[in-house]
Amino acid sequence: MPDLRDLYQDVILEHSKAPRNFRELSAANHKAEGYNPLCGDHFTVYVDVEGDSIRDIGFQGSGCAISKASASMMTQILKGKSTAEAEQLFARFHKLVTGAPTENGGQPALGKLAVFSGVCEFPVRVKCATLAWHTLHAALEGKQQTVSTE
Amino acid sequence: MTSVARRLPTVLHPPQAQNIGGFDVEKLRRDFPILKQKIRGRRLVYLDNAATSQKPQSVIDAISHYYERDNSNVHRGVHYLSERATEEFENARQTVQRFINAASASEIIFTRGTTEGINLVAQTYGRTHVGPGDEVLITALEHHSNIVPWQLLCEEKSAKLRVAPVNDSGELLLDEFAKLLSPRTKIVAVTHVSNAIGTIIPLRQIIELAHGQNVPVLVDGAQAVPHLTVDVQALDCDFYTFSSHKLYGPTGMGVLYGKSVLLDAMPPYQGGGDMISSVTFEKTTYNKLPYKFEAGTPHVAGAIGLAAAIDYVTGLGIENLAVHEHDLLAYATEKVSALPGIRLIGTAKEKAAVLSFVLEGVHPHDVGTILDQEGIAIRTGHHCAQPVMQRFDVPPTARASFALYNTREEVDVLVEGLQRVQEVFA
Repeated sequence: MPDLRDLYQDVILEHSKAPRNFRELSAANHKAEGYNPLCGDHFTVYVDVEGDSIRDIGFQGSGCAISKASASMMTQILKGKSTAEAEQLFARFHKLVTGAPTENGGQPALGKLAVFSGVCEFPVRVKCATLAWHTLHAALEGKQQTVSTE
Repeated sequence: MTSVARRLPTVLHPPQAQNIGGFDVEKLRRDFPILKQKIRGRRLVYLDNAATSQKPQSVIDAISHYYERDNSNVHRGVHYLSERATEEFENARQTVQRFINAASASEIIFTRGTTEGINLVAQTYGRTHVGPGDEVLITALEHHSNIVPWQLLCEEKSAKLRVAPVNDSGELLLDEFAKLLSPRTKIVAVTHVSNAIGTIIPLRQIIELAHGQNVPVLVDGAQAVPHLTVDVQALDCDFYTFSSHKLYGPTGMGVLYGKSVLLDAMPPYQGGGDMISSVTFEKTTYNKLPYKFEAGTPHVAGAIGLAAAIDYVTGLGIENLAVHEHDLLAYATEKVSALPGIRLIGTAKEKAAVLSFVLEGVHPHDVGTILDQEGIAIRTGHHCAQPVMQRFDVPPTARASFALYNTREEVDVLVEGLQRVQEVFA
């Protein structure tokens, strides 16, 4: 039986209550909107990319604890990373929250994001955990349409 | 995480006989096999009845019995099984007729559910009566299924969808409704009971007002039929539609009642077998009511299951269920609103057994996940009524909705679960 402690870890609760980089970036040259119709999570992710490096990143919106904490921690880890590293981290994070095996071969480490490993025991919450990442992906790709996790 | 590890003592009261409303709830619970199971090691507390209700053994048996003994296609075979299936199917129609007191069984059209009933009327009556500049009047309490079919119609016909507002308690503003009625109004479509917040609307007055302007009224009764006695002739509504699965019957089954004078004049909805009298490549003559609106092989088992569900609730007495559910709602309202940081959404004086709420600082989706770990099933989200959520300025809510088999003890378990949510998010 999945344990709530695996899902609602202290770090996650703390980030959901006091999200980091929770602001609109006026200097953003990439931005996208993400929406999870199941529970109404709705975020905008702003990215300031210089060359292929993420100089600054922020987000705004509303959602459940998992989606908000995920967005907050995503912005923390991605600041200063290259866009290619961001996409690699997304792929690894996706494997982590869906319970797929992750290999270590020379990819950037998930670090603190490992607290989301409990999500895989709660399949309906995977969409919450990955919403910000899908939105980031759309922002980097320059897509204009709202991303939906449905 | 210490706050989660420290469990509240869970006081699960031993099941006690309750005789509120003149029936023994614990005894009735035994009629519902699904309630016997444990969820995540705990007794299932099913409080998502506005989404769908559980099924009594008599309904499950009626469906099995049909497939085991009577299965055949209806209205066409000359063989024995087809006769028996047809008889049971048509008996089910008469059971529905008596249940809502329709003047004739031919006014009972079987559909896939409430949604199909509304779409049927929008696409037949609507398309023949609504034109450019005309208006369709609904309320701010509607489920998406009583909004979108009318939007589709209005878009096609360059007509306008008008919405009667509600007050802060979620009660329909009758004066505003009356003001929105005009010679341009071609049909009124209203929910009898709000699925999102439980408001029971003043249906008789609405119908009187609409008929005063010669406007027909369609009623979405999906949430009403399980809780209220419905008499379509006394209401004088023109169309009334509901789903079987919210009434302890099977999914994929529903009813559209329509006054025969209206149904007769309407074009068919779908074409196919069973809805015709004769077909040539030059001309098709449509069947009489209700078959004109039932193209294709119908959901025979669904109709039989629905009839068994109606027999079950009428055997208990809808008015007795209403007393019991009202007691649960009052008890739950008192207990839940006593928790700190709770805001109830929808506090109408006339309410069915729906408790919609938000917990300060906790997203409803997180509430739902934590309660689920306690074996408690509630609904979280926008309840397919996004405009209702917008009216009350809440993105989503948590919703507990009660049925005949729920108990006060289950309300206590819900309250304990909500305290646990608050512990986790403390």
